Amino acid sequence: MSNILVSNMEMIPGRRIKSHLGMVQGSTVRAKHAGKDILASLKNIVGGELKAYTELMQEAREEATERMIEQATSIGANAVLNVRYTTTAVTMGAAEILAYGTAVILE
Amino acid sequence: MDFLLDYFEWALFLFLLALGFFAGRFLERRHYRSIRQREKKLAKVLTFATRFPPNLVDPQDCRLVSGCVVISSDYFKQFVASLRNLVGGRFRGYETLLDRARREAILRMKEDARRAGYYLIVNVKIENTSIAGGRQGAMPSFELFAYGTALKPSKHAV
Repeated sequence: MSNILVSNMEMIPGRRIKSHLGMVQGSTVRAKHAGKDILASLKNIVGGELKAYTELMQEAREEATERMIEQATSIGANAVLNVRYTTTAVTMGAAEILAYGTAVILE
Repeated sequence: MDFLLDYFEWALFLFLLALGFFAGRFLERRHYRSIRQREKKLAKVLTFATRFPPNLVDPQDCRLVSGCVVISSDYFKQFVASLRNLVGGRFRGYETLLDRARREAILRMKEDARRAGYYLIVNVKIENTSIAGGRQGAMPSFELFAYGTALKPSKHAV
């Protein structure tokens, strides 16, 4: 899976871009677990890191990236450049994570 | 009976306030200690906010690295913040909270890079999302996410 090059630089210095294949993206919407939410609200009293949420966001981001890479591979790219991430809260307990970038073929 | 209930509510409020103040302060100090320690340890991993790497690296080998952390305010800080809203001005409690989270996210990104054997990160972006939950009276919490492209210094340079 990771034989594809993923970077948030606009170009890789020293490597020519043979062709641009357009934008690829991957997204996922994740909701939080009710039980973990109760624990988090307890943690809110003393503050600090909410580990359950950190893991949730991490997993979601990995999945979004994987989906983006899948799309890039399916159109025959060997690299995704200028990758960006955005996060949006959809409803009360759910967030959408989007990863997008430009699929290219590097020489 | 009503009087008792009132009394209980006040006691709970003061208890949470004190718990937030002492436990929150203790946790914050501990976190800062660990941040400083790890920042020293990871000082060799260089980070750049520039779009392109300096000439001394080998751009053939690169990889996206990232680090994220979700952090929440404590009860005391939130109470003080609501008072602070009346008069405006700087609120140090949240400044340190966000500073901690940001440094933690950057440290995790550096750890991610070092695990894979990289010592240089360029084009670092930091993203901040508020995930208060939208509920009435929900405690503010933030997600800090740092990402960048990790590279390896080439063998000739450095």
